Amino acid sequence: MPSKPRSLWDSITAAGPPAGSLYGCGGGVALAGLAHASILGGRLEELRGRSVLLAITDQLTAALAIAELDGVARRMVLLTPGLAAEHLPAVIAGAAADARVQDTDRCSPGREIGIGISVDARARLEPHPVRRASTCETEWILLTSGTTGAPKLVQHDLASLTAALADRPPAPEVVWATFYDIRRYGGLQIYLRALHAGSLVLSDPAEPLIGFLARAAAAGVTHISGTPSHWRRVLMSGAAATIAPRYVRLSGEIADQAILDGLKAAYPEATVAHAFASTEAGVAFEVRDGRAGFPATLLDAPGSPVHLRVAEGTLRIRSAGNAHGYLGVDTGSFPRASDDAVDTGDRIEQRADRCYFLGRQGGVINVGGLKVYPEEIEAVINSHPWVRMSRVSARRNPITGAVVVADVVLAEADGTGGRPPSEALERELLHSCRRSLAPYKVPAAIRIVPGLEVSAAGKLARPDA
Amino acid sequence: MSVKSTIVSQFEQVATEQERKLARLSDDTKLIECGLDSLSFAIIVARLEDSLGVDPFSAERAVDFPVTFGDFVTLYEGLAK
Repeated sequence: MPSKPRSLWDSITAAGPPAGSLYGCGGGVALAGLAHASILGGRLEELRGRSVLLAITDQLTAALAIAELDGVARRMVLLTPGLAAEHLPAVIAGAAADARVQDTDRCSPGREIGIGISVDARARLEPHPVRRASTCETEWILLTSGTTGAPKLVQHDLASLTAALADRPPAPEVVWATFYDIRRYGGLQIYLRALHAGSLVLSDPAEPLIGFLARAAAAGVTHISGTPSHWRRVLMSGAAATIAPRYVRLSGEIADQAILDGLKAAYPEATVAHAFASTEAGVAFEVRDGRAGFPATLLDAPGSPVHLRVAEGTLRIRSAGNAHGYLGVDTGSFPRASDDAVDTGDRIEQRADRCYFLGRQGGVINVGGLKVYPEEIEAVINSHPWVRMSRVSARRNPITGAVVVADVVLAEADGTGGRPPSEALERELLHSCRRSLAPYKVPAAIRIVPGLEVSAAGKLARPDA
Repeated sequence: MSVKSTIVSQFEQVATEQERKLARLSDDTKLIECGLDSLSFAIIVARLEDSLGVDPFSAERAVDFPVTFGDFVTLYEGLAK
């Protein structure tokens, strides 16, 4: 007989009632309260065995809903905030979602789309008789953006998501905070860590940075995580000293020496660690020596639960933290390498005893932790009647790691002389990008160039960033 | 155009493009309170590199991250020719 599935709730209560709290903008909720109370208005049992879309704006509500639904729902789809409405029907169909949990008082995404049952949730525990019995091994679906901008549905479960937490002794009195949204992989890792040992202060996109730092300080933050872009913003806020963490973590982008040094100067007492993880590959490692890159000894380390290797210039990871695949039609595109490792697509260069990240293979550009595919932007620019071709590339940027810039080759004038001067053209092209692309995808600069190199294979030459 | 006026006009231009309300810029305006987000700053730094020919953040030596608008201008004035 198969053993009873172990849920997130089972796991965080294994050593007794959880002592920590989750904090949102409007206050905190003690995790222990979930034993006899719910945020789902007494409707938890209706969701048992279903494929549930978490269409929730408020992070605290989402954090509590996840804790209630693992082991209950057959599948949980963590919708990321800001997902374009046009992609929702495909996500719902791909995940065969037959239920939805949504905010009571905010405008949940896709509220108008019909789906089996809808359950309202709010970030407040109400006493209800709840059966915390685990009856499913819930599949967790995380979304990442694909080449066309349409999201991919990445399959995980509690075991893969908590693989990096194994063998970690619970640290008492840990108060986590994260700039990430917990529906993204980096934030979800922090959420799971915090639930197992401590408390968590959640961010809110509407809240100014200084307000968030003040809230984190008030909760007694000891551990805090964000991307290098988040941290540059903290250093530029003049409010870095609001908090005094013992542990500062960076992930999601390449951590360069400048940001590591800046954080060490701002928080001399803290351990400044940078970690590498991806939604598909899971957590690979954490580096605590204050230097950019990672020690080459991590590669092919015998006996390590996370096997790292560089092949064809990119980092491959094989571990229990790997995602299981993409759900739905896109399955074939999952970046599984021949030895069953996940190809991260991140290019590595080894210099002496250290490995450094060079950027993404295949030209994916990372703007402040968000993936940008050049082809998507080129398609928008190329649709303009004055444009013959374009090439979108990354330019290094101290604030967001990279920004997007575009080189544009104009179509031959048709002799009517109707084409405006280049400056007006650049403005017009930027304007059309802004109309159809998310702000971080709009080029910071457009240059009109006489021509673009095309490779022997007939493809646009993309010099390494 | 002076370095400062180039910077001011970039702040205004990017604020308009990003549909953000720019605070009145004086030397003690805190950057975090001027109404722009990270992406806006990223774009400003990229464009200033084009128009002034310098990126003070990419210099070999470590720089203190500017906190006020005045700090920001000083950083560029120190490098732009």
